Formats: sequence, C-alpha cells, structure tokens
Amino acid sequence: MLKKRIIPVILLKNGVIVQSRKFLRHQLIGTPTASVERLSNWNSDELIYLDISQKSGYDLNRSDLNHPEFENISDIVKLVSRKCLMPLTFGGGIRTFKDIELRISGGSDKVSVNTLSFEKLDIIESAANTFGSQAIVISLDVKLVDNKYILFKGGRMQSDVDLNSHIKRCQDVGVGEFIINSMDRDGSGIGFDIDLINRVCDQTSLPVIALGGAGNWEHFSEVLTKTNASAVAAANIFQHTENSYFNCKQYLYDSGHNVRMPGDLTCINKNI
Amino acid sequence: MIGIINYGSGNFTSVFNALKTISNDVLEVNSASQLEICSHIILLGVGAFGSAMKKLIGLGIIEQLHEEVIIKEKHFLGICVGMQILADYGHEFGGAKGLGWIHGEVTKFNFEEDLKLSLPHIGWNEINNYHNNRLYKGINDNDPTFYFVHSYHLTLVDNYSTNQLTFCKYGYHFLASVSQGNIHGVQFHPEKSQKNGLQLLTNFCDF
Repeated sequence: MLKKRIIPVILLKNGVIVQSRKFLRHQLIGTPTASVERLSNWNSDELIYLDISQKSGYDLNRSDLNHPEFENISDIVKLVSRKCLMPLTFGGGIRTFKDIELRISGGSDKVSVNTLSFEKLDIIESAANTFGSQAIVISLDVKLVDNKYILFKGGRMQSDVDLNSHIKRCQDVGVGEFIINSMDRDGSGIGFDIDLINRVCDQTSLPVIALGGAGNWEHFSEVLTKTNASAVAAANIFQHTENSYFNCKQYLYDSGHNVRMPGDLTCINKNI
Repeated sequence: MIGIINYGSGNFTSVFNALKTISNDVLEVNSASQLEICSHIILLGVGAFGSAMKKLIGLGIIEQLHEEVIIKEKHFLGICVGMQILADYGHEFGGAKGLGWIHGEVTKFNFEEDLKLSLPHIGWNEINNYHNNRLYKGINDNDPTFYFVHSYHLTLVDNYSTNQLTFCKYGYHFLASVSQGNIHGVQFHPEKSQKNGLQLLTNFCDF
C-alpha cells in the first residue's frame, strides 16, 4: 500500500537555513547542508528546500558558520543533492524555464513554483512536458482574508485568482502535485488548517502536501485522519528538537498510521 | 566499470551520485564507444516515454547498446522510464516504439473511478514476490518499500516463466520490476530509496 509521506521542509534565506513565522520573521539556524545527511539516515520520506530570499545573490560571507560561500542557488542544489538519497524538491525564486532546468540538472527531482503559476503558465506547461509532470509542484500560498481563502503570489501579494480555478488551471497544464502553504499557520505550531486541506483535496485528483502549523505529532496524525492529503510537511518542528523526524515517524507508526517505518536510530551519524 | 547512460534525462545526477557511494568505477556514458568498456550498463529516465526514446536515438548508441546487452549479454539495469522503454511500445503522448527487448506495452494506470486514487503514483510503496530474486538480496523484510514516481507502467504480453517479476499494489497489482536473464528493469527509483535502494544497486553491481 502506498505510504503517506512525512516531509521535512528546510527554509533558505540568502544561503542559510532559517525558521519562519507567518512568512515575516526569519531566524537563522544553520548552513544549507547541516540537516541533509541526518534526515536521509533517518529514512525521511522526502526533503523540500524552499528558498525564501527576497534579494538575489547568495553572498554568504559568514566566517562564524565555517562554510563555503555560495555564488548561486545551483551550487546549493548540487551540494545538497550529493548527500540526498531521497527525493528532493527545490522551491522559491523560480521565474524562468532556465531556473527550473538549473535545479533539475543540479540533482533536484522536483521544483515547487508559486509566482510562475500566476504569470507564465506556458512555462509550467513546457517544463511539465520536458521534465515530466512529477517534477512540477505548485505551491498554493493561502491566507484567510475576511473569512475567505485567498491565494498569495510570491508570499506578499494578494492574488485575485480564485483558489478553485487556479487549481484547475494548473492541473490542465500538467503539473504533478500541490503543496498547501497555509500562511496563517506558518510557524504558529497550533495545528494544520484541516478545512483548507480538505477544500484543496476536493478540487484535485493530484497528490496534495499539507504544510503550515505543525506544533506536535498529534497535528500530523490529525491531517492523516481527517483529510485525503498524500503527505504532511513541516519546517520548524523538525529543526529544533532532538531526533525529531525519528520521533515523529515512531509516533505515527505506533499509532497505526500508514507511514513507512522509522529509520534505525543506530544509523545516525554513520553511513547507511 | 559501471556505465550510466546520460542522454540529458533529469535524474542523471541522482543516479550517478548514488552509484558513486557504492563503487569507484562509475562512468558517465554519452557515446557508443564508451559502452564497450563497461561491464554493467544503467539506463535511467524520467519524463515521457517518447521523448526518452527520441533522446536515446539522438545519442546514436542504440545499435551499440543492442550489441552489448543482447549479443554480449552484459548486465543491464533500466530505471523508471529506462525500464519502460525496454518494452515494444509506449502509449504516453500519442505513442512511440520502444527497444522491444521485453515483450509488453506501457500503459497509463487505469483504475476504477471510485477508488479515488491520484496520479502520478508518488511515494513509498511496498513490493512483493521479491524473495529468491538476486536483485533483492538483503532487502529489509519488515520494510520492503521503494520510492515510485510514475503514471504509466509496463504490462507484459506474457509473464513467461523465465522472467523474475515483482509487483506493487496501487489500485491493482502492477509490475514493479522484471528480470529477464541479464536484463533488469525497475519501475521505482533505487537512487532515491535510501537503504533498500543502495542494497539493490549494490546487488546489481555485484552481478
């Protein structure tokens, strides 16, 4: 039986890993590759990197991090993918076909796009044809405004495109998955927006990844029980607690959810 | 020498990186002559059947590939679309002819509407019938999962007895891998399947 996926999300801002709160406040927590091997060894089902840099350039000239500087995102993609024996998605800052190509040829399996899905659907269509539908994930950044779910573009700008018709348009050009990024729940730790997840799942036959709001393992369980989402993703919770991914998997596995077995804790820090 | 054919398919880097962790003799192959020095050949692929076939033809190595794999019987592993194009015919995007090494056709998942299953079939799924198959030696019996990403799968004309087949269930049982003598094909991505995937690639390299 197809397992439900539990996916850690790593947020990059100008070349370093950060924590995010409501898409606004970002706190530095480490270098781009710090978590990759650890998560791979813990049998993480996948890994999503979201680049939320607002300015271009990755002039990470911080000697205190003892880490090489990055000229551009494709250096980061290459470095991460070398250590990543699991499916890898890169999102953020993708504006052209070339941007998609760079990430995929660098070793990313999929790209997640947001802005492009509002502005240039034809690019998304040709990317789906070239790299396959499975390589194109659409990020739906959604916020509740006056009791209505509103799509946001580039994390800042309110879009006037209706959620349902946007899902349909993306589906029609051949995308492979949707990731729901609940802006209200981002970094809140109060749980996922179950209503929003169900609305999106009702609108599409494509796999849906839920993101935004995880504060404890029960929140993951809630998504698996109450929605048809194919995957549950989270950022902060996997970054700041010890053995977090392992513990999450163990909890869900022991609760009888249809997830893959947690990895072997003894594998940690060893090559598998 | 393990040769990995690079015809511009997206996941070349991933496969190359995974092989690098288990062997020092890995070669990026993009010309016919390079195939001659390989003892093992890996053909990968993501995307559509027809475009993969077209790129392979464009590389001008099909004749040599036939020589090495069919005549000289070198060990061959096809991954995902690299497995699918072993078939006679693929029905994706209008259809295209395949290599025809394994008799069958590649068709889209076709399940009952009320199952409400999404396509592509993305994620970790269990395979069965893998015991006594050398490709799967040492696979974790408690967790025989591999990573799948596809909407099409290979259906054999005839599950002849000389073939070793494994299956996976998504709506129904479909072909997860086929071994026919020196030719192996896997629908899943061993290069993305962590421990089990590395084990399978190691087994293949040990042939």
